[in-house]
Amino acid sequence: MNALLKVRTLGHRYGQRVGCEDVSFDLYPGELLCIVGESGSGKSTLLNTLAAQLAPTSGSVRYRQRDGAWLDVGSLNEADRRRLARQEWGFVTQNPRDGLRLNVSAGANVAERLMALGERHYGRLRNIARGWLERVEIDPARIDDMPADFSGGMQQRLQIARTLVTHPRLVFMDEPTAGLDVSVQARILDLLRRLVHELDLAAVMVTHDLAVARLLAARTMVMQGGRVVETGLTDQILDDPQHPYTQLLVSSVLTT
Amino acid sequence: MTPRYNFAFLDEDTKRMLRRALLKAVAIPGCQIPFGSREMPLPYGWGTGGIQVTAALLGPDDVLKVIDQGADDTTNAVNIRRFFARVAGIATTERTAEATLIQTRHRIPETPLREDQILVFQVPEPEPLRTLEARETETRTLHALADYGLMHVKLYEDIARYGRIATSYDYPVLVDGRYLTSPSPIPKFDNPKLDHSPALMLFGAGREKRIYAIPPYTRVESVAFEDHPFDVQQWDERCALCGSGESYLDEVVVDDRGTRMFVCSDTDFCSQRTEAQA
Repeated sequence: MNALLKVRTLGHRYGQRVGCEDVSFDLYPGELLCIVGESGSGKSTLLNTLAAQLAPTSGSVRYRQRDGAWLDVGSLNEADRRRLARQEWGFVTQNPRDGLRLNVSAGANVAERLMALGERHYGRLRNIARGWLERVEIDPARIDDMPADFSGGMQQRLQIARTLVTHPRLVFMDEPTAGLDVSVQARILDLLRRLVHELDLAAVMVTHDLAVARLLAARTMVMQGGRVVETGLTDQILDDPQHPYTQLLVSSVLTT
Repeated sequence: MTPRYNFAFLDEDTKRMLRRALLKAVAIPGCQIPFGSREMPLPYGWGTGGIQVTAALLGPDDVLKVIDQGADDTTNAVNIRRFFARVAGIATTERTAEATLIQTRHRIPETPLREDQILVFQVPEPEPLRTLEARETETRTLHALADYGLMHVKLYEDIARYGRIATSYDYPVLVDGRYLTSPSPIPKFDNPKLDHSPALMLFGAGREKRIYAIPPYTRVESVAFEDHPFDVQQWDERCALCGSGESYLDEVVVDDRGTRMFVCSDTDFCSQRTEAQA
Protein backbone atom coordinates (compact mmCIF):
# COMPACT_ATOMS: atom_id res chain seq x y z
CA MET A 1 0.00 0.00 0.00
CA ASN A 2 1.13 3.52 -0.80
CA ALA A 3 1.62 6.09 1.95
CA LEU A 4 -0.61 9.16 1.99
CA LEU A 5 1.76 11.45 3.82
CA LYS A 6 5.54 11.21 4.02
CA VAL A 7 7.21 13.35 6.67
CA ARG A 8 11.00 13.59 6.75
CA THR A 9 13.17 15.31 9.41
CA LEU A 10 10.48 17.94 9.84
CA GLY A 11 11.13 20.81 12.20
CA HIS A 12 9.74 24.21 13.09
CA ARG A 13 11.55 26.83 15.14
CA TYR A 14 10.14 29.95 16.72
CA GLY A 15 13.24 32.10 16.26
CA GLN A 16 15.88 30.38 18.34
CA ARG A 17 13.46 28.23 20.28
CA VAL A 18 12.63 24.77 19.02
CA GLY A 19 8.96 24.03 18.36
CA CYS A 20 9.50 20.55 17.01
CA GLU A 21 12.53 18.89 15.50
CA ASP A 22 13.59 15.95 13.37
CA VAL A 23 10.19 14.28 13.01
CA SER A 24 9.86 11.55 10.40
CA PHE A 25 6.98 9.17 9.72
CA ASP A 26 4.68 7.81 7.02
CA LEU A 27 0.91 7.89 7.29
CA TYR A 28 -1.18 5.37 5.34
CA PRO A 29 -4.77 5.74 4.09
CA GLY A 30 -7.31 4.76 6.71
CA GLU A 31 -4.80 5.08 9.53
CA LEU A 32 -5.27 7.14 12.67
CA LEU A 33 -2.06 8.32 14.26
CA CYS A 34 -2.03 9.84 17.74
CA ILE A 35 0.61 12.25 18.93
CA VAL A 36 0.78 12.34 22.72
CA GLY A 37 2.92 14.34 25.08
CA GLU A 38 2.68 16.93 27.83
CA SER A 39 1.90 20.61 27.29
CA GLY A 40 4.73 22.39 25.50
CA SER A 41 6.14 19.20 24.01
CA GLY A 42 5.59 20.48 20.46
CA LYS A 43 2.52 18.43 19.56
CA SER A 44 0.45 21.30 18.27
CA THR A 45 3.42 22.89 16.51
CA LEU A 46 4.00 19.62 14.71
CA LEU A 47 0.34 19.34 13.77
CA ASN A 48 0.21 22.89 12.44
CA THR A 49 3.40 22.34 10.46
CA LEU A 50 1.99 19.14 8.97
CA ALA A 51 -1.21 20.95 8.02
CA ALA A 52 0.85 23.71 6.33
CA GLN A 53 -0.43 26.34 8.72
CA LEU A 54 3.15 26.91 9.85
CA ALA A 55 6.08 26.88 7.43
CA PRO A 56 8.65 24.18 8.19
CA THR A 57 12.14 25.49 9.02
CA SER A 58 13.67 22.14 8.10
CA GLY A 59 12.63 18.89 6.51
CA SER A 60 9.68 18.18 4.24
CA VAL A 61 6.07 17.03 4.15
CA ARG A 62 4.90 15.28 1.01
CA TYR A 63 1.29 14.39 0.30
CA ARG A 64 -0.09 11.97 -2.28
CA GLN A 65 -3.07 13.51 -4.08
CA ARG A 66 -6.13 11.70 -5.38
CA ASP A 67 -4.49 11.39 -8.80
CA GLY A 68 -1.45 9.69 -7.25
CA ALA A 69 0.96 12.61 -7.78
CA TRP A 70 3.16 13.63 -4.85
CA LEU A 71 2.93 17.19 -3.63
CA ASP A 72 5.62 18.97 -1.65
CA VAL A 73 3.44 20.73 0.91
CA GLY A 74 6.17 23.13 2.06
CA SER A 75 6.61 24.71 -1.37
CA LEU A 76 2.93 25.24 -2.21
CA ASN A 77 1.71 28.72 -3.05
CA GLU A 78 -1.16 30.22 -1.08
CA ALA A 79 -3.83 29.34 -3.66
CA ASP A 80 -2.84 25.67 -3.84
CA ARG A 81 -2.44 25.46 -0.09
CA ARG A 82 -5.98 26.68 0.41
CA ARG A 83 -7.34 24.36 -2.25
CA LEU A 84 -5.61 21.43 -0.58
CA ALA A 85 -6.80 22.45 2.89
CA ARG A 86 -10.35 22.75 1.61
CA GLN A 87 -10.71 19.83 -0.79
CA GLU A 88 -8.46 17.10 0.51
CA TRP A 89 -7.81 17.98 4.14
CA GLY A 90 -9.74 18.93 7.20
CA PHE A 91 -8.73 20.54 10.46
CA VAL A 92 -10.60 20.17 13.74
CA THR A 93 -9.55 22.63 16.43
CA GLN A 94 -9.59 22.07 20.16
CA ASN A 95 -11.97 24.92 20.78
CA PRO A 96 -14.95 24.51 18.43
CA ARG A 97 -15.50 28.25 18.55
CA ASP A 98 -12.21 28.68 16.65
CA GLY A 99 -13.28 26.33 13.90
CA LEU A 100 -16.89 27.42 13.56
CA ARG A 101 -18.40 30.57 12.14
CA LEU A 102 -20.43 31.68 15.13
CA ASN A 103 -22.49 34.40 13.48
CA VAL A 104 -24.18 32.06 10.99
CA SER A 105 -26.48 29.09 11.53
CA ALA A 106 -25.46 25.45 11.97
CA GLY A 107 -26.60 24.66 8.42
CA ALA A 108 -24.47 27.42 6.93
CA ASN A 109 -21.50 26.17 8.93
CA VAL A 110 -21.85 22.70 7.51
CA ALA A 111 -22.49 23.95 3.96
CA GLU A 112 -19.71 26.55 3.87
CA ARG A 113 -17.00 24.29 2.47
CA LEU A 114 -19.39 23.06 -0.23
CA MET A 115 -20.20 26.62 -1.24
CA ALA A 116 -16.50 27.39 -1.35
CA LEU A 117 -16.13 24.50 -3.78
CA GLY A 118 -18.79 26.04 -6.02
CA GLU A 119 -22.06 24.38 -5.01
CA ARG A 120 -24.77 26.94 -5.83
CA HIS A 121 -28.01 25.06 -5.23
CA TYR A 122 -29.69 25.99 -1.95
CA GLY A 123 -31.94 22.94 -1.77
CA ARG A 124 -29.09 20.51 -2.27
CA LEU A 125 -26.92 22.30 0.30
CA ARG A 126 -29.76 22.10 2.76
CA ASN A 127 -30.23 18.36 2.27
CA ILE A 128 -26.54 17.63 2.64
CA ALA A 129 -26.36 19.77 5.79
CA ARG A 130 -29.34 17.94 7.30
CA GLY A 131 -27.81 14.60 6.48
CA TRP A 132 -24.55 15.55 8.17
CA LEU A 133 -26.22 16.90 11.28
CA GLU A 134 -27.93 13.55 11.59
CA ARG A 135 -24.65 11.69 11.13
CA VAL A 136 -23.05 13.59 13.99
CA GLU A 137 -26.15 13.04 16.14
CA ILE A 138 -27.50 16.58 16.12
CA ASP A 139 -31.26 16.91 15.60
CA PRO A 140 -31.68 18.10 11.97
CA ALA A 141 -34.52 20.35 13.19
CA ARG A 142 -31.81 22.55 14.72
CA ILE A 143 -30.32 23.31 11.31
CA ASP A 144 -31.20 27.01 11.57
CA ASP A 145 -30.01 27.47 15.15
CA MET A 146 -26.89 29.41 15.94
CA PRO A 147 -23.86 27.37 17.05
CA ALA A 148 -23.58 29.64 20.09
CA ASP A 149 -26.84 28.13 21.35
CA PHE A 150 -25.34 24.62 21.21
CA SER A 151 -23.63 22.86 24.09
CA GLY A 152 -19.85 22.40 23.94
CA GLY A 153 -20.19 18.80 22.82
CA MET A 154 -22.67 19.68 20.10
CA GLN A 155 -20.43 22.47 18.88
CA GLN A 156 -17.56 20.03 18.59
CA ARG A 157 -19.76 17.57 16.68
CA LEU A 158 -20.89 20.41 14.44
CA GLN A 159 -17.28 21.26 13.73
CA ILE A 160 -16.62 17.66 12.81
CA ALA A 161 -19.58 17.66 10.40
CA ARG A 162 -18.41 20.92 8.86
CA THR A 163 -14.94 19.49 8.33
CA LEU A 164 -15.99 16.12 6.92
CA VAL A 165 -18.76 17.36 4.62
CA THR A 166 -16.40 17.58 1.62
CA HIS A 167 -15.09 14.05 2.26
CA PRO A 168 -11.48 14.94 2.96
CA ARG A 169 -8.89 12.16 2.77
CA LEU A 170 -6.82 13.42 5.66
CA VAL A 171 -7.95 15.15 8.83
CA PHE A 172 -5.85 16.90 11.44
CA MET A 173 -7.31 17.11 14.92
CA ASP A 174 -5.94 19.18 17.78
CA GLU A 175 -7.25 17.76 21.06
CA PRO A 176 -10.85 17.55 19.81
CA THR A 177 -12.13 16.19 23.12
CA ALA A 178 -10.19 18.31 25.58
CA GLY A 179 -12.36 20.64 27.59
CA LEU A 180 -15.42 18.39 27.38
CA ASP A 181 -16.74 16.30 30.24
CA VAL A 182 -16.11 12.59 30.23
CA SER A 183 -19.46 11.32 28.95
CA VAL A 184 -19.52 13.83 26.12
CA GLN A 185 -15.92 12.94 25.35
CA ALA A 186 -16.81 9.28 25.06
CA ARG A 187 -19.64 10.06 22.69
CA ILE A 188 -17.42 12.14 20.42
CA LEU A 189 -14.67 9.55 20.43
CA ASP A 190 -17.23 6.94 19.49
CA LEU A 191 -18.48 9.14 16.69
CA LEU A 192 -14.98 9.81 15.42
CA ARG A 193 -14.13 6.14 15.43
CA ARG A 194 -17.24 5.36 13.41
CA LEU A 195 -16.73 8.19 10.90
CA VAL A 196 -13.04 7.43 10.40
CA HIS A 197 -14.01 3.87 9.59
CA GLU A 198 -17.00 4.76 7.38
CA LEU A 199 -15.18 7.36 5.33
CA ASP A 200 -11.86 5.53 5.27
CA LEU A 201 -10.14 8.64 6.61
CA ALA A 202 -6.54 9.04 7.52
CA ALA A 203 -6.12 11.22 10.57
CA VAL A 204 -3.44 12.73 12.75
CA MET A 205 -4.70 13.52 16.21
CA VAL A 206 -2.95 15.42 18.94
CA THR A 207 -3.93 14.60 22.50
CA HIS A 208 -2.54 14.62 25.99
CA ASP A 209 -4.99 11.94 26.99
CA LEU A 210 -3.59 8.42 26.68
CA ALA A 211 -7.05 6.88 26.94
CA VAL A 212 -7.99 8.66 23.70
CA ALA A 213 -4.97 7.19 21.99
CA ARG A 214 -5.82 3.74 23.30
CA LEU A 215 -9.39 3.97 22.04
CA LEU A 216 -8.79 5.39 18.57
CA ALA A 217 -5.29 5.01 17.29
CA ALA A 218 -3.45 2.03 15.93
CA ARG A 219 -0.19 3.90 16.11
CA THR A 220 1.09 6.44 18.61
CA MET A 221 3.97 8.86 18.70
CA VAL A 222 5.25 10.18 22.02
CA MET A 223 6.82 13.64 22.05
CA GLN A 224 8.97 15.41 24.57
CA GLY A 225 10.79 18.72 24.20
CA GLY A 226 9.94 18.94 20.51
CA ARG A 227 11.30 15.49 19.64
CA VAL A 228 9.68 12.16 19.07
CA VAL A 229 10.99 9.92 21.87
CA GLU A 230 9.04 6.80 21.09
CA THR A 231 6.80 5.56 18.32
CA GLY A 232 4.98 2.32 17.67
CA LEU A 233 1.71 0.41 18.02
CA THR A 234 -0.48 2.07 20.62
CA ASP A 235 -1.01 -1.03 22.73
CA GLN A 236 2.69 -1.77 22.69
CA ILE A 237 3.58 1.73 23.83
CA LEU A 238 0.99 1.83 26.57
CA ASP A 239 1.60 -1.69 27.87
CA ASP A 240 5.33 -1.83 27.47
CA PRO A 241 6.79 1.68 27.35
CA GLN A 242 10.52 1.77 26.60
CA HIS A 243 11.53 5.39 26.97
CA PRO A 244 11.70 6.79 30.53
CA TYR A 245 9.43 9.68 29.61
CA THR A 246 6.79 7.34 28.16
CA GLN A 247 7.03 5.21 31.29
CA LEU A 248 6.42 8.31 33.37
CA LEU A 249 3.49 9.33 31.16
CA VAL A 250 1.87 5.91 31.33
CA SER A 251 2.36 5.58 35.07
CA SER A 252 0.87 8.99 35.76
CA VAL A 253 -2.53 8.07 34.31
CA LEU A 254 -5.12 8.12 37.07
CA THR A 255 -7.07 4.94 37.46
CA THR A 256 -10.29 4.74 39.38
CA MET B 1 -16.71 80.95 -7.83
CA THR B 2 -14.53 81.53 -4.80
CA PRO B 3 -11.09 82.48 -6.16
CA ARG B 4 -9.11 81.59 -3.04
CA TYR B 5 -9.47 77.85 -3.77
CA ASN B 6 -7.79 75.86 -6.49
CA PHE B 7 -10.27 74.77 -9.20
CA ALA B 8 -12.56 72.12 -7.66
CA PHE B 9 -11.05 72.55 -4.18
CA LEU B 10 -8.29 69.89 -4.33
CA ASP B 11 -4.73 70.80 -5.30
CA GLU B 12 -3.45 69.54 -8.65
CA ASP B 13 -1.11 66.92 -7.17
CA THR B 14 -3.95 65.35 -5.23
CA LYS B 15 -6.10 65.28 -8.33
CA ARG B 16 -3.29 63.61 -10.24
CA MET B 17 -2.99 60.96 -7.52
CA LEU B 18 -6.75 60.41 -7.71
CA ARG B 19 -6.71 60.14 -11.50
CA ARG B 20 -3.96 57.53 -11.34
CA ALA B 21 -6.05 55.48 -8.92
CA LEU B 22 -9.07 55.95 -11.20
CA LEU B 23 -7.17 54.76 -14.27
CA LYS B 24 -6.00 51.71 -12.40
CA ALA B 25 -9.54 51.06 -11.18
CA VAL B 26 -10.92 51.24 -14.73
CA ALA B 27 -8.17 48.91 -15.94
CA ILE B 28 -9.11 46.26 -13.35
CA PRO B 29 -12.93 46.36 -13.20
CA GLY B 30 -14.32 45.88 -9.71
CA CYS B 31 -10.93 45.76 -7.97
CA GLN B 32 -10.55 48.08 -4.97
CA ILE B 33 -7.64 50.47 -5.47
CA PRO B 34 -6.19 52.25 -2.42
CA PHE B 35 -5.73 56.01 -2.65
CA GLY B 36 -4.58 58.79 -0.35
CA SER B 37 -7.94 60.07 0.79
CA ARG B 38 -7.84 63.73 1.88
CA GLU B 39 -9.70 65.50 4.60
CA MET B 40 -12.69 67.17 2.99
CA PRO B 41 -14.90 69.95 4.33
CA LEU B 42 -17.69 67.50 5.21
CA PRO B 43 -17.85 64.57 7.61
CA TYR B 44 -17.14 60.95 6.75
CA GLY B 45 -20.30 59.22 5.68
CA TRP B 46 -21.53 62.29 3.81
CA GLY B 47 -19.74 61.47 0.59
CA THR B 48 -16.06 62.32 1.10
CA GLY B 49 -15.07 59.56 -1.33
CA GLY B 50 -17.50 60.58 -4.02
CA ILE B 51 -16.65 64.25 -3.68
CA GLN B 52 -12.93 63.58 -4.18
CA VAL B 53 -13.57 61.50 -7.30
CA THR B 54 -15.84 64.24 -8.63
CA ALA B 55 -13.21 66.89 -7.88
CA ALA B 56 -10.59 64.93 -9.79
CA LEU B 57 -12.84 64.56 -12.83
CA LEU B 58 -14.49 67.98 -13.13
CA GLY B 59 -13.52 70.22 -16.02
CA PRO B 60 -14.72 73.81 -16.60
CA ASP B 61 -17.32 72.65 -19.16
CA ASP B 62 -18.85 69.91 -17.05
CA VAL B 63 -22.45 70.02 -15.91
CA LEU B 64 -22.89 68.48 -12.48
CA LYS B 65 -25.92 66.77 -10.99
CA VAL B 66 -25.93 65.49 -7.40
CA ILE B 67 -28.56 63.16 -6.00
CA ASP B 68 -29.16 61.70 -2.57
CA GLN B 69 -31.45 58.63 -2.50
CA GLY B 70 -32.61 59.73 -5.94
CA ALA B 71 -33.59 63.25 -4.82
CA ASP B 72 -31.94 66.48 -6.00
CA ASP B 73 -33.31 68.57 -3.17
CA THR B 74 -32.09 66.86 0.01
CA THR B 75 -29.41 68.34 2.28
CA ASN B 76 -26.53 66.18 1.10
CA ALA B 77 -27.27 66.75 -2.58
CA VAL B 78 -27.87 70.49 -2.26
CA ASN B 79 -24.69 71.03 -0.24
CA ILE B 80 -22.38 69.10 -2.54
CA ARG B 81 -23.87 70.75 -5.62
CA ARG B 82 -23.43 74.21 -4.10
CA PHE B 83 -19.92 73.32 -2.96
CA PHE B 84 -18.77 72.56 -6.51
CA ALA B 85 -20.61 75.54 -7.97
CA ARG B 86 -18.58 77.66 -5.54
CA VAL B 87 -15.12 76.12 -5.77
CA ALA B 88 -15.19 75.19 -9.46
CA GLY B 89 -17.68 77.64 -10.90
CA ILE B 90 -19.22 74.90 -13.02
CA ALA B 91 -22.81 74.64 -14.20
CA THR B 92 -25.18 72.44 -12.24
CA THR B 93 -28.45 70.82 -13.17
CA GLU B 94 -31.20 68.65 -11.80
CA ARG B 95 -31.93 67.08 -15.19
CA THR B 96 -30.28 63.69 -15.65
CA ALA B 97 -30.13 64.10 -19.43
CA GLU B 98 -28.30 67.44 -19.21
CA ALA B 99 -25.58 66.31 -16.79
CA THR B 100 -22.13 65.14 -17.84
CA LEU B 101 -21.19 64.08 -14.32
CA ILE B 102 -23.61 62.73 -11.73
CA GLN B 103 -22.58 62.18 -8.13
CA THR B 104 -25.00 59.89 -6.38
CA ARG B 105 -25.75 58.54 -2.97
CA HIS B 106 -27.60 55.21 -3.00
CA ARG B 107 -29.46 55.38 -6.35
CA ILE B 108 -28.95 55.14 -10.09
CA PRO B 109 -31.21 57.57 -12.01
CA GLU B 110 -34.25 56.07 -13.76
CA THR B 111 -33.46 57.94 -17.00
CA PRO B 112 -31.08 55.68 -18.97
CA LEU B 113 -27.50 56.98 -18.94
CA ARG B 114 -25.40 57.65 -22.04
CA GLU B 115 -21.80 56.99 -23.06
CA ASP B 116 -20.80 60.63 -22.45
CA GLN B 117 -21.92 60.57 -18.83
CA ILE B 118 -20.05 59.48 -15.68
CA LEU B 119 -21.76 58.28 -12.52
CA VAL B 120 -19.86 58.73 -9.23
CA PHE B 121 -21.04 56.71 -6.22
CA GLN B 122 -20.50 57.56 -2.56
CA VAL B 123 -19.46 54.34 -0.84
CA PRO B 124 -19.54 53.79 2.94
CA GLU B 125 -18.14 50.23 2.91
CA PRO B 126 -16.33 49.09 -0.23
CA GLU B 127 -15.70 45.55 1.01
CA PRO B 128 -18.64 43.21 0.28
CA LEU B 129 -17.16 40.48 2.48
CA ARG B 130 -16.61 42.71 5.50
CA THR B 131 -19.57 41.58 7.60
CA LEU B 132 -18.40 37.99 7.24
CA GLU B 133 -14.66 38.48 7.48
CA ALA B 134 -13.33 41.31 9.62
CA ARG B 135 -9.64 40.97 8.70
CA GLU B 136 -8.57 43.16 5.78
CA THR B 137 -5.54 40.93 5.07
CA GLU B 138 -7.89 37.97 4.71
CA THR B 139 -10.44 39.70 2.47
CA ARG B 140 -7.63 40.88 0.22
CA THR B 141 -6.35 37.32 -0.07
CA LEU B 142 -9.87 36.12 -0.86
CA HIS B 143 -10.12 38.71 -3.66
CA ALA B 144 -6.69 37.78 -4.99
CA LEU B 145 -7.69 34.11 -5.14
CA ALA B 146 -11.25 34.87 -6.33
CA ASP B 147 -12.37 32.78 -3.36
CA TYR B 148 -15.95 33.96 -2.93
CA GLY B 149 -17.73 31.02 -1.28
CA LEU B 150 -18.17 33.18 1.80
CA MET B 151 -20.62 35.48 0.01
CA HIS B 152 -22.95 32.56 -0.52
CA VAL B 153 -22.80 31.78 3.19
CA LYS B 154 -24.46 35.15 3.73
CA LEU B 155 -27.11 34.50 1.07
CA TYR B 156 -27.68 31.03 2.54
CA GLU B 157 -28.31 32.61 5.93
CA ASP B 158 -30.80 34.99 4.35
CA ILE B 159 -32.82 32.18 2.81
CA ALA B 160 -32.60 30.03 5.95
CA ARG B 161 -33.93 32.87 8.07
CA TYR B 162 -36.38 34.67 5.81
CA GLY B 163 -37.19 32.10 3.14
CA ARG B 164 -35.70 34.29 0.42
CA ILE B 165 -32.63 36.43 -0.18
CA ALA B 166 -33.51 39.33 2.09
CA THR B 167 -30.56 41.51 1.12
CA SER B 168 -32.35 44.40 -0.56
CA TYR B 169 -29.61 47.00 -0.92
CA ASP B 170 -25.84 46.85 -1.36
CA TYR B 171 -26.50 43.55 -3.11
CA PRO B 172 -23.10 42.09 -4.09
CA VAL B 173 -22.19 41.75 -7.75
CA LEU B 174 -19.50 39.94 -9.68
CA VAL B 175 -17.84 42.37 -12.09
CA ASP B 176 -16.58 41.00 -15.41
CA GLY B 177 -16.70 37.48 -13.97
CA ARG B 178 -13.81 38.23 -11.64
CA TYR B 179 -14.09 40.66 -8.72
CA LEU B 180 -16.82 40.51 -6.12
CA THR B 181 -17.86 44.11 -5.65
CA SER B 182 -20.17 46.15 -3.47
CA PRO B 183 -22.36 48.35 -5.68
CA SER B 184 -22.63 50.81 -2.73
CA PRO B 185 -25.96 50.81 -0.91
CA ILE B 186 -28.14 51.18 -4.00
CA PRO B 187 -31.37 49.17 -3.84
CA LYS B 188 -31.04 45.85 -5.66
CA PHE B 189 -33.70 47.31 -7.98
CA ASP B 190 -30.81 49.25 -9.56
CA ASN B 191 -28.43 46.29 -9.92
CA PRO B 192 -29.58 45.38 -13.46
CA LYS B 193 -28.70 48.94 -14.55
CA LEU B 194 -25.04 48.22 -13.72
CA ASP B 195 -24.84 45.45 -16.30
CA HIS B 196 -23.46 46.66 -19.65
CA SER B 197 -24.11 50.28 -18.73
CA PRO B 198 -23.00 52.72 -21.45
CA ALA B 199 -21.88 55.20 -18.76
CA LEU B 200 -18.68 54.87 -16.75
CA MET B 201 -19.38 54.08 -13.09
CA LEU B 202 -16.86 55.14 -10.44
CA PHE B 203 -17.00 54.37 -6.72
CA GLY B 204 -15.21 56.37 -4.03
CA ALA B 205 -14.93 55.42 -0.36
CA GLY B 206 -13.32 58.29 1.56
CA ARG B 207 -12.97 56.84 5.02
CA GLU B 208 -11.90 53.41 3.73
CA LYS B 209 -9.59 55.07 1.16
CA ARG B 210 -10.63 52.89 -1.77
CA ILE B 211 -11.63 53.59 -5.36
CA TYR B 212 -13.11 51.11 -7.79
CA ALA B 213 -14.84 51.22 -11.13
CA ILE B 214 -17.23 49.50 -13.49
CA PRO B 215 -16.18 50.55 -17.01
CA PRO B 216 -18.80 50.98 -19.75
CA TYR B 217 -20.33 47.83 -21.23
CA THR B 218 -18.94 45.53 -18.53
CA ARG B 219 -20.68 42.33 -17.52
CA VAL B 220 -22.10 42.68 -13.99
CA GLU B 221 -23.93 39.74 -12.41
CA SER B 222 -25.73 39.77 -9.08
CA VAL B 223 -24.72 36.68 -7.12
CA ALA B 224 -27.48 34.19 -6.27
CA PHE B 225 -28.37 30.52 -5.91
CA GLU B 226 -29.54 28.35 -8.80
CA ASP B 227 -32.84 27.66 -7.07
CA HIS B 228 -33.16 31.18 -5.61
CA PRO B 229 -32.32 33.44 -8.55
CA PHE B 230 -31.77 37.18 -8.26
CA ASP B 231 -34.89 39.33 -8.50
CA VAL B 232 -35.76 42.98 -7.87
CA GLN B 233 -38.34 44.71 -5.72
CA GLN B 234 -41.88 45.15 -7.05
CA TRP B 235 -44.76 47.29 -5.86
CA ASP B 236 -48.51 46.88 -6.06
CA GLU B 237 -48.87 50.67 -6.00
CA ARG B 238 -47.97 53.32 -8.56
CA CYS B 239 -46.32 56.68 -7.90
CA ALA B 240 -48.94 59.00 -6.36
CA LEU B 241 -47.53 62.02 -8.21
CA CYS B 242 -46.67 60.85 -11.71
CA GLY B 243 -48.37 57.44 -11.86
CA SER B 244 -45.19 55.59 -12.82
CA GLY B 245 -45.36 51.83 -12.40
CA GLU B 246 -41.77 51.02 -13.33
CA SER B 247 -39.66 53.31 -11.14
CA TYR B 248 -38.29 52.71 -7.64
CA LEU B 249 -40.88 53.90 -5.10
CA ASP B 250 -40.41 55.36 -1.62
CA GLU B 251 -43.10 54.76 0.97
CA VAL B 252 -43.88 58.01 2.78
CA VAL B 253 -45.96 58.28 5.93
CA VAL B 254 -48.03 61.44 5.49
CA ASP B 255 -49.89 61.81 8.80
CA ASP B 256 -49.88 60.40 12.33
CA ARG B 257 -52.71 57.95 11.56
CA GLY B 258 -50.52 55.79 9.38
CA THR B 259 -51.68 57.00 5.98
CA ARG B 260 -49.03 56.23 3.41
CA MET B 261 -48.26 57.23 -0.12
CA PHE B 262 -45.81 55.88 -2.62
CA VAL B 263 -43.73 58.30 -4.67
CA CYS B 264 -40.81 57.97 -7.09
CA SER B 265 -37.47 58.13 -5.33
CA ASP B 266 -35.98 59.79 -8.44
CA THR B 267 -37.36 63.37 -8.16
CA ASP B 268 -36.12 64.44 -11.59
CA PHE B 269 -37.77 61.47 -13.31
CA CYS B 270 -40.99 62.11 -11.40
CA SER B 271 -41.21 65.86 -12.07
CA GLN B 272 -40.46 65.41 -15.77
CA ARG B 273 -43.30 62.93 -16.06
CA THR B 274 -45.63 65.21 -14.10
CA GLU B 275 -44.74 68.14 -16.38
CA ALA B 276 -45.29 66.06 -19.50
CA GLN B 277 -48.74 65.10 -18.26
CA ALA B 278 -49.74 68.65 -17.35
